[in-house]
Amino acid sequence: MLRTALRNVLAHKARLIMTALAVMFGVAFVSGTLVFGDTVGGALRGASAKNLDGVAVAVGHEPPAGAETEPGKTRTALDDALAAKIRGLPGAGSVRPSVNGHAALAAKDGKPLGADTPWQNLAANYVSGKDGGDPRYPLARGRGPAAVGELALDAKTAEKAGYRIGDTVRFATTGPTLTKKLVGLVGTDDPRVTAGGTLALFDTATAQRMFVSPGHYDEIVVGARPGTDQTRLAADVRALLPQQGATVSTGAELAREQAAVTEQSTKALTQALLVFAGIALFVGVFIIANTFTMLIAQRTREIALLRAVGASRRQVVRSVLIEAALLGLGASAAGFVLGLGIATALPPLVNSAGAGLPSGPLVISPGTVFAALLVGVVVTVLAAWLPSRKAARIAPVEAMSSVDAPPAVRGLVLRNVLGTLTAALGLLPMGYVATLAKTDEADLLAALFGAGLFMLGLIMLAPLLSRPVVGLAGRVTAAVFGVSGKLAKENALRNPRRTAATASALMIGLCLITGLTVSVNSAQRAVAAEVTAGNAADYRITNSSMDGGLPTDTLAKVEQAPGVATAAPLASAPLEIGSGFGIVNGAGIKSLAPVTDLHFTRGSLGAIGPGELAVSQEFAKSAGLAVGDTAKGRIGSSFAPGGAEPVTFKVVGIYEPNRTVGDALGTLTDVLPHATGKKLDTVLIKATSADRDLTSGLRTALDNSPLLKVQDRDQIIAAESGDVDTVLNMMYGLLGMSVLIAVLGVINTLAMSVFERTREIGMLRAIGLDRAGVRRMVRLESIVICAFGAVLGIGSGVFLAWLNSGVAGGNLDAYETVLPWLRLTVFAVLALAIGLLAAIWPARRAARLNVLAAINAQ
Amino acid sequence: MSYAPARPAAPTGTAAASATGLTKVYGSGETRVVALDAVDVAFERGRFTAIMGPSGSGKSTLMHCMAGLDTVSAGSARIGEVELARLGDRELTRLRRDKIGFVFQAFNLLPTLTAYENITLPAAIAGRTHDRAWFERVVHAVGLADRLGHRPAQLSGGQQQRVAVARALASRPEIIFADEPTGNLDSRSGAELLGFLRESVHSLEQTVVMVTHDPVAAAYADRVIFLADGRIVDEVQAPSAEAVLDRMRRFETGERIS
Repeated sequence: MLRTALRNVLAHKARLIMTALAVMFGVAFVSGTLVFGDTVGGALRGASAKNLDGVAVAVGHEPPAGAETEPGKTRTALDDALAAKIRGLPGAGSVRPSVNGHAALAAKDGKPLGADTPWQNLAANYVSGKDGGDPRYPLARGRGPAAVGELALDAKTAEKAGYRIGDTVRFATTGPTLTKKLVGLVGTDDPRVTAGGTLALFDTATAQRMFVSPGHYDEIVVGARPGTDQTRLAADVRALLPQQGATVSTGAELAREQAAVTEQSTKALTQALLVFAGIALFVGVFIIANTFTMLIAQRTREIALLRAVGASRRQVVRSVLIEAALLGLGASAAGFVLGLGIATALPPLVNSAGAGLPSGPLVISPGTVFAALLVGVVVTVLAAWLPSRKAARIAPVEAMSSVDAPPAVRGLVLRNVLGTLTAALGLLPMGYVATLAKTDEADLLAALFGAGLFMLGLIMLAPLLSRPVVGLAGRVTAAVFGVSGKLAKENALRNPRRTAATASALMIGLCLITGLTVSVNSAQRAVAAEVTAGNAADYRITNSSMDGGLPTDTLAKVEQAPGVATAAPLASAPLEIGSGFGIVNGAGIKSLAPVTDLHFTRGSLGAIGPGELAVSQEFAKSAGLAVGDTAKGRIGSSFAPGGAEPVTFKVVGIYEPNRTVGDALGTLTDVLPHATGKKLDTVLIKATSADRDLTSGLRTALDNSPLLKVQDRDQIIAAESGDVDTVLNMMYGLLGMSVLIAVLGVINTLAMSVFERTREIGMLRAIGLDRAGVRRMVRLESIVICAFGAVLGIGSGVFLAWLNSGVAGGNLDAYETVLPWLRLTVFAVLALAIGLLAAIWPARRAARLNVLAAINAQ
Repeated sequence: MSYAPARPAAPTGTAAASATGLTKVYGSGETRVVALDAVDVAFERGRFTAIMGPSGSGKSTLMHCMAGLDTVSAGSARIGEVELARLGDRELTRLRRDKIGFVFQAFNLLPTLTAYENITLPAAIAGRTHDRAWFERVVHAVGLADRLGHRPAQLSGGQQQRVAVARALASRPEIIFADEPTGNLDSRSGAELLGFLRESVHSLEQTVVMVTHDPVAAAYADRVIFLADGRIVDEVQAPSAEAVLDRMRRFETGERIS
């Protein structure tokens, strides 16, 4: 049977090519993902090993609760005396006391530089070693910073900013803008920096003044003398430390920690990619099943002959499955090689989006090879399993029949019933979740499961649905294209199972793409609506640094800026009243009105005076407050030196939910003393006229500090809704693979149709259909099938997005399903274009058939 | 019963189709096969001609070349006054659509279309509406009036071939070529079909050329042309089955008329 199977695979090379490609792409996606994951993991481990090279023991700073943590005043347990003591230990080699902080740099043109995430904008001290260099930051150009007025940058940061050695660099840590002279450029592998962050280095004394306090460090890295045990050295170091305020870890421990973090992050990425690879493979299943169904139908007589000469049913089935396994194995091997290409191409691609993955050699583990081949073979064999059962049902007597018996039309009744039940079963959890007011992770999983079931039911029902949908599409093609259009429709309807399977493959990708697009689009709109509803300000000024906060004099400076009508300061602090916990915003009550749309259900904005509070409806509910109540609670951060302080407010108003103001609203004078660092959070600006761009004016008024973030209305909305477009585009790319495989399926089905209908095409040509007519017929069949897939995919995508709007909308009150018509139209047009594209080769083959040869074909 | 001399019929103005020096060669060198060897033949309008001959005699090739389904190596083939060799694929296709009807041995019909749709298919391909009155006549002549809504799978083999004949007739072509139209039918259905073919020639004034190896079938024709080794070797006018059978036996016994 193995020989029969092998001969069959070789004999049907041309007919198996699309199927093989489908398996190949699926496996390439899987193996590419796995190799990519291993490679990135390996590279990250390599980078962290390099970082930890020579680190035997690391002493860290752990501020005791309630201690002063303000930069420049933090007195850590790690000081020069401790460093000297550690240096004196017999096992200690190099001892590097470090200072770490964050600095926001301005580019040469004055604009803020670096990542939006301030924790990526690093600052540290430069420690000159014996040879004058710092082994942690190898010098590329110039020299290390040695005086107060000097700094070094990492080479890439400097290049981005446009700074050269000798330039004056503007930056800020927390306070006012500082300037220093650039004296050196260094290299670094720190992933935070390579992923779009920045690195600034200062001499130790300057760094200490800015980030810790003179004479103090926040880390001491100790190298071991050759032959010294890390654990012993760690114990010796620990003995030197004070009771509180410092931690000790060995280099091995740190390496383990970093490895765990690395593994977790790459695992999450790999798993996400594998989900998409799985979808692509699932789409491939339809193509494999279609192909084997056709091969078996064509081989009916051959199989019947085998049965007649004594092959058992089981042998027939086994032969088909072995054929599938051989196909799967060959395609998987090719797919694996292609996967290596994907794994090679992926890191630069991801990095160009700013991921900052370290580079490293491809890591190909034997497990990956095995998994890729196994997945390919198992998927192919499983997909061929149902068709193989049809082969088993072929009776030996069919070998004797001289006429091509039309395949018995099997009823779709059972399939339709099962499909309806499955789809209905899928609707249940989704319907249930849709009724919930608040949803959590488990509800999301339930809804996803329901959506999956519903899709499965839809796939089962697709042959039934094909008749009306394809019939309708065919009526259009027949009306426009005449007899070719009519024949195309009839051909598409001839084998509903095959047409349905082909369209289903396309449906899956389109459904996911549509569903995501609708949900994301709706969510984006909801966020925009909420932001716009609560916020009437034209500009928002915030601090982008880790510690945040705007000094109180910001307000006065901004009010002087040209074009500013109103500047409204806001400060915030945590507030706990009864069982209610939220954020209270303190505002200049008079200036607040122009910059926010607050709707009071009780009381009014103007009524809020010192010692008084308005609360949101939600907070009023959770804290059990009503207008006129006297609320006792605690205000301020419990981590602040004094902890949260007791406070008493009189509730004078209740307002509708508002993003700008949050849970509770008091006066600035009441809240500011409890805000972190006694600083403002935000200053909102109302411009005198909407036509002028105030951004640069506002920046100038505030000394153009790189710490400041000045956002206009659109930027505020974009910032609040997050970078969903990038995510959406990534999803499109990943789901594009499924669509690509579906296209192979359409080509496959058309090629099969042309092959099976060779004699019909010959006859049509004989009685007068010209080549163009034949081409058109095949093309239109393709378009009709794709139109069916588009209707199913886009329709189900919209439906699922609508049904699951509760989950998709999360906690957005303004969420409602909005259809992005332009995009949906683009998807539909793309689907039809796919149909046209997929038909090129089969249509050409059909048109080129020799009339006589076609008529006489078997 | 007279054996006419095997003289080539001169192409005349009344011929629906004719050939002069028609030669068809397959392959080259050692594998060179002459399928048609300078055949001169004319098929007169309003007549039913049968082409007979043993396997490999070239009878199917003659038909294919005359019908514009195959190219010729030398000589000329004409439908009416149109020289086929001068036509490109597109013109040939149009010629087949408008001037020629086909009935094949099997697989004449599109399984997805009803009998009615199959019959009117050439008109639909041409983008024309069919001639209603003519259509009625044809359908009644082949006895399919009550079967028009059926699909091929719901029709018997004989009925399917009658639909094919009706389709060939429906566009009122210059000439109809039938390739073993009764080959897959039982003798009764075959006789019925041949009766329809002869009827259509005589009452509907059509021209039919039929390739067959069945003497009984050939006997329905007005004239039988015998082919052997790519040449026309004999011709019988108003044949009887016995006469045709007798002529065929002489091929088998190896007797040749040169």
